[in-house]
Amino acid sequence: MKTFTYEKAISPEEAVGFTSVGTKFIAGGTNLLDLMKLQIETPEKLVDISRLDLGRIEDTSEGGLLIGALVPNSDLAADARVREKYEVLSRALLAGASGQLRNKATTGGNLLQRTRCYYFYDTALPCNKRAPGSGCSAIGGFNRILAVLGTSDSCIATHPGDMPVAMRVLGATILTLKPDGDRRRIHIHDLYRLPGDTPQIETMLESGELITHVELPPPPPGKQLYRKVRDRASYAFALVSVAGVVSVENGVIASAQLAFGGLAPMPWRDATVEGLLVGRAPSDAVFAHAADALLALAKGYGSNDFKIPLAKRTLIACLRELTA
Amino acid sequence: MHFTINGNAYEADIDIRTSLLDLCREHLGLTGSKKGCDHGQCGACTMLVNGRRINGCLSLAVMHQDDEIVTIEGLGTPENLHPLQAAFISHDGYQCGYCTPGQICSAVGMLDEVSKGWPSHVSASLGDVELNDSEISERMSGNLCRCSAYPNIVDAIREVAEA
Repeated sequence: MKTFTYEKAISPEEAVGFTSVGTKFIAGGTNLLDLMKLQIETPEKLVDISRLDLGRIEDTSEGGLLIGALVPNSDLAADARVREKYEVLSRALLAGASGQLRNKATTGGNLLQRTRCYYFYDTALPCNKRAPGSGCSAIGGFNRILAVLGTSDSCIATHPGDMPVAMRVLGATILTLKPDGDRRRIHIHDLYRLPGDTPQIETMLESGELITHVELPPPPPGKQLYRKVRDRASYAFALVSVAGVVSVENGVIASAQLAFGGLAPMPWRDATVEGLLVGRAPSDAVFAHAADALLALAKGYGSNDFKIPLAKRTLIACLRELTA
Repeated sequence: MHFTINGNAYEADIDIRTSLLDLCREHLGLTGSKKGCDHGQCGACTMLVNGRRINGCLSLAVMHQDDEIVTIEGLGTPENLHPLQAAFISHDGYQCGYCTPGQICSAVGMLDEVSKGWPSHVSASLGDVELNDSEISERMSGNLCRCSAYPNIVDAIREVAEA
């Protein structure tokens, strides 16, 4: 690990004030320290935000929740309001990592978790995300866990998270504080960027911008579900995951919100797929049509080709359960 | 830097990069916590920080100066074993024993999580939680055992949970 300077902030304002080029915030540190040990991340300064007063979950006047950026994954999953009204979020959190990691990993940090692409982790090989311009070893390499949607010729990495997939299906808003004192509200649909030819830029957050809260709108109507398909039954990243919220009224799908993990460089959502479901009576034919639309532009890279039929089958199975 | 570990106060002059695990093992002589992968994948370094189980390897010591840290050395002594230590012995919950301190610290934290009613990935309902064998396995999945003593580890934890 490269050495760094260390500052401990006592307020969000102080935290952003400590930032300069090469600064990283650290809270749980479960992803950042792992990457620092491998010298994939080499910050010159760490700003410790772990003791900021951002650890509460509060009701909003609109009927949603305001989640402090430092709320650990465990606490968010176990919160009575989340378990009752946002089951998809609780289920997504519980499907991720291990008990130890969920106790440390925070809401803000988890949104910014970096890819688990083997080549991003292997500093002996080219990777455009780690070393811009060096090339992509995953295209033509071993890419079983990597993306089939939203990729580019520069990068086919997946976003590894579970919680962000649920946050996307719920339409969360990210609240931030910038070093100049400005505060922003960023809809999660706008937070992440596709790789294009700059895969090292993963979100629209600016240098030194701190996530302070995540706001959930009131719980949507209908059944909620999170299904994760992976290589082992626990403690593994998703090959495919589906977060779904679907309501049925008078035998017809009244609303459908769907987000996907394991398929793309960001938690994936496709309004076209949701539109193909709304107003239709649930049936396998309708579900298959939506699943085909989801993967219509999918591109396999060899060892991840299996994800395309897997995603279709998983979506169809989820829609059966959500409309049963 | 100053630390509180197993109820004892320590002072240590350490590099800013030192993990909680390396602080314990390399600087304070507390070698009960083990280094397996050093990347949060195996759980051999599991310890309790303010009562919650965490991976010591993925924690910077400097960030935990105001916390109450408990390692396997703080749970019991050879003469006065923690109930989980006694249960691991009576159920043969290990072979080589390298993962055992982490398994036991993790089990202590896990049983506390269950007592708070936290659900898990395998809980049928997010309401009431009942600790069965599949719940124990899921909740302990962050602790690997290369000897694969898992059935006996589950037996040991179940016995303590039901006591």
